[in-house]
Amino acid sequence: MSEMTVNQSKRRFLVTMTSAVGGVAAVGAAIPFVGSMLPSARALAAGAPVEVDLSKIEPGMLLTVEWRGKPVWIASRTPEMLALLDKHDDRLTDPNSEAAGQQPDYCKNATRSIKPEYMVVVGICTHLGCSPTYRKEIGPADLGVDWPGGWFCPCHGSRFDLAARVFSGSPAPTNLVVPPHKYLSESKVLIGEDQAA
Amino acid sequence: MEKVLSWIDARFPMSAMYKEHLSEYFAPKNFNFWYYFGSLALLVLVIQIVTGIFLTMNYKPDANMAFASVEYIMRDVPFGWLIRYAHSTGASAFFIVVYLHMFRGLMYGSYRKPRELIWVFGCLIYLALMAEAFFGYLLPWGQMSYWGAQVIVNLFAAIPFVGEDLSIWIRGDYVVSDATLNRFFAFHVIALPLVLVGLIAAHVIALHEVGSNNPDGVEIKKLKDENGKPLDGIAFHPYYTVKDILGVVVFLIVFSAIMFFAPEMGGYFIEANNFIPADPFKTPEHIAPVWYFTPYYAILRAIPPMFGSQFPGVLAMGVAVLIFFALPWLDRSPVKSIRYKGPRFKIALALFVVAFIWLGVLGVLPVSPMRTLTAQILTAIYFAFFLLMPWYTKADATKPVPERVTE
Repeated sequence: MSEMTVNQSKRRFLVTMTSAVGGVAAVGAAIPFVGSMLPSARALAAGAPVEVDLSKIEPGMLLTVEWRGKPVWIASRTPEMLALLDKHDDRLTDPNSEAAGQQPDYCKNATRSIKPEYMVVVGICTHLGCSPTYRKEIGPADLGVDWPGGWFCPCHGSRFDLAARVFSGSPAPTNLVVPPHKYLSESKVLIGEDQAA
Repeated sequence: MEKVLSWIDARFPMSAMYKEHLSEYFAPKNFNFWYYFGSLALLVLVIQIVTGIFLTMNYKPDANMAFASVEYIMRDVPFGWLIRYAHSTGASAFFIVVYLHMFRGLMYGSYRKPRELIWVFGCLIYLALMAEAFFGYLLPWGQMSYWGAQVIVNLFAAIPFVGEDLSIWIRGDYVVSDATLNRFFAFHVIALPLVLVGLIAAHVIALHEVGSNNPDGVEIKKLKDENGKPLDGIAFHPYYTVKDILGVVVFLIVFSAIMFFAPEMGGYFIEANNFIPADPFKTPEHIAPVWYFTPYYAILRAIPPMFGSQFPGVLAMGVAVLIFFALPWLDRSPVKSIRYKGPRFKIALALFVVAFIWLGVLGVLPVSPMRTLTAQILTAIYFAFFLLMPWYTKADATKPVPERVTE
């Protein structure tokens, strides 16, 4: 034994390689654990598109449906409501819906909709995920005389107009999100699936 | 008896550990009121673990059953109300005790060399405790549980590029749901308690390695008698065990008074909205986290969105918590204790305490332009306390530190 010299560099190499391979194995073993925290097949299935019948919404009323566990609003806008939409562009953060990812391209228009009379939008505040309240009345006492109707978030005071565009000075940084949707017929809309371009 | 002990000692260092950590752990003889809170934190941990175990026996981590199972504990389980209120009061008590414990460290420079690692372990405990409290608050599945979790998880969604996927991964769903409740339960009852116990062990082992600081910030190990016992040190047991028992008695009187007569503490320890079952479609009028998170919540709200993202506010909130880690390297004063520090440090610490408490008050209240402005000023003071510390502690006029602790 005493005649054998210790090959230090070989030892270092073997220790380094063993540690490296062990490290790779540890990362590999972590994958199933990290992966198990992703949405399950059931949660993914619950995120499937939702079909909504619009014929039961009266003009000016709001219908809330559930899609991916989130509230999706379908607001029926009267011609009077639509006429008010372009009166306050100067008070909006993003009047022309220029921020990417807040709406599909086919809703990048003045009314943020496919059909102007129906506003389809995810009812979750872009600030911290509260659900704003529908306040369609014009100029109520608590929101001020210049309130043109829209949504008010009770959590942190974010304000949105009837096209779900955020007013400047709100804590919410962006307009509310318009989900992908398409019309199956005159009075049927499918939420969660893009319309063909 | 002697024989049994030596049989054990030959196999497990029982007597040696008893000496090292109790009968021959010499602590400075000049500990004052502020030195109660370390042992009290340990007591609250025990209360939380014991009551938690018994709550788990009746609680159901299922979105359809959770709220009802808590009501069942409150109404039908014998002594269930007591155990549940002890646990909910314990959560708030934990933060009160820990905040006072941290304030003691700030006053007497307990984070200074050679105690940096004790402080770092302490900060990690504080982080783990915040996570533990946050996960636990979802479990009753009330409106405030639900929307509080919704808001906090969405903080992660604000992180650029990966945020959206990260928040889905945390929730295990597109919204806070049964999957979220189930995993938060797992974190709350097993993962984080294990982490906490490990960190507390590291905190105490590091403390016993270097020895306790004291109100004078004098190192008692410098002067020892012929037996190697510090001249200004007294054995932890029996001297400080007896002192701490007095603290325990007083603490338990206050704790019981709250638990029996005001367990909700006027909506601060258990918020009113949490008596309404979680409803994903209806946000409560006014969301506020439990009181111990409100200073950071006020900082979050004080920072306006920038570049179409609210990430700056989230970042400020995160940094406000993490900045405590840097404290040992920010303080450049030649002395440790506030007793020998100059007016600059005293004013800075006073302003910091005012800012922290005032931010906490603002975090409970709904926003208004005036309050937002106040919160912004207080946030600036909060960060200035840390970021300007290298300068004001260096420039400060300090008093000479005595050789030995004062009576």
